[in-house]
Amino acid sequence: MHSASLANKVFIQRDYSEGTTCKFQTKFPSELESRIERTLFEDTVKTLNNYYAEAEKIGGQSYLEGCLACATAYLIFLCMETRYEKVLKKIAKYIQEQNEKIYAPRGLLITDPIERGMRVIEISIYEDRGSSGSSSGSSSVSGSTAR
Amino acid sequence: MKNCEYQQIDPRALSVSPSSAQNHTEKKAQRPRRKWEVFPGKNRFFCDGRIILARQSGVLPLTLGLIVVTCGLFFAFDCPFLVEHLTVFIPVIGGVLFVFVVISLLRTSFTDPGILPRATPDEAADIEKQIDTSGSSTYRPPPRTKEILINQQVVKLKYCFTCKMFRPPRTSHCSLCDNCVERFDHHCPWVGNCVGKRNYRFFYSFIISLSFLTSFIFGCVITHITLLIDDMVMLSCLDSSLCTVVELVICFFSIWSILGLSGFHTYLVASNLTTNEDIKGSWSSKRGAEDSGNPYSYNSIMTNCCVTLCGPMPPSLIDRRGLLPPDEATPAASASDIELPLFAAKNDTHMVG
Repeated sequence: MHSASLANKVFIQRDYSEGTTCKFQTKFPSELESRIERTLFEDTVKTLNNYYAEAEKIGGQSYLEGCLACATAYLIFLCMETRYEKVLKKIAKYIQEQNEKIYAPRGLLITDPIERGMRVIEISIYEDRGSSGSSSGSSSVSGSTAR
Repeated sequence: MKNCEYQQIDPRALSVSPSSAQNHTEKKAQRPRRKWEVFPGKNRFFCDGRIILARQSGVLPLTLGLIVVTCGLFFAFDCPFLVEHLTVFIPVIGGVLFVFVVISLLRTSFTDPGILPRATPDEAADIEKQIDTSGSSTYRPPPRTKEILINQQVVKLKYCFTCKMFRPPRTSHCSLCDNCVERFDHHCPWVGNCVGKRNYRFFYSFIISLSFLTSFIFGCVITHITLLIDDMVMLSCLDSSLCTVVELVICFFSIWSILGLSGFHTYLVASNLTTNEDIKGSWSSKRGAEDSGNPYSYNSIMTNCCVTLCGPMPPSLIDRRGLLPPDEATPAASASDIELPLFAAKNDTHMVG
């Protein structure tokens, strides 16, 4: 068990340029520049955005679900899991995977946006208690320690 | 790229408590509480957090009472007569409509309308930090608006001082419930709850089915009275015809308001507007004709209707039944469970406080 203390939190805000659908900004925050490669971060956010787009997609299947629900006086929601909930479970699994494989080795932790009311993606930055707080390593090794 | 000289941190160990300064040895001997018990808004919860209502239930009992009494009188006094003279389908149709109305009403009242949880202290501090770029030490309240572009149209987002966040578009703060609600339509006292993103379709089906039910009962009652007058028996059974007259009066007065409301909301659904936006005239052409359309509309009546009524059902964001971590008084990050179905079988391991 390694000791780590919370140093900072970064919040990725929502991107409303396409309306009220759930989408997060892919702008790379400056606090993460020394912690993680930009492409990995952008991949994570883009995959999350795709998952949310899939959940909120309006098309044949969602209309069918809506009409069926209306015809049963919405009682069907009591027994059946909606498509949105199914996608949310996939998202939770994906975030856990990403945390284990990519973010935890770098001292970061992503919090599922659903726990923050879908407003932000919260990324917690941890510092190892032993070190002095800032990563002052000057080596330019680009490989990550564990994958 | 600087190399991160950290040892791998087990994410499962971190997810228990973000601030590891709290020690877990100090476990107070108290039962674990659910998040609804510390919910900051003015709502009331029943069935251990499964049912949510506004603080003042308004006239919901009156609404239910009127519907049940009118339908009761209808089934008791009009149906026997009409079944004899007309057809047996009359109580069947009436029964189906009545059940639909009551279910829609209860769904509207007891469903979370789309309440946004308040910002955590870290988030609030981050927002204030982003805005306060001057770096002065004196506390300045954050500016109240932020402008963003939605579909190439400028929309102002307001800062909510109670919830400590910039409200997403179409979100409004209900002062009666003291919550920010997504796609806020209005707070309906008849239903005893706000009408927002998650329960708008229930509200709409409630008023449409109530229009049908009221018109149906009105029609049946008129037919009943007409047939009675034809048969010249009205004076001899005064009791039953008195109840019929009561139903007639109730239906007559409610039918105008219900039909008007249904028509208004049909217009709102077709143009993808909320009552709030319509009343405030957010998208009316007062600034000039160029860019004052509704940026959320799909410019097709069919698509607007389908999206509003048959769109995907978003989940509840406030996680009422999640458990609080044992040594924190305020809701903190903990493993959230996806919202359980509303009336799922009770899994009663904790007593309601």
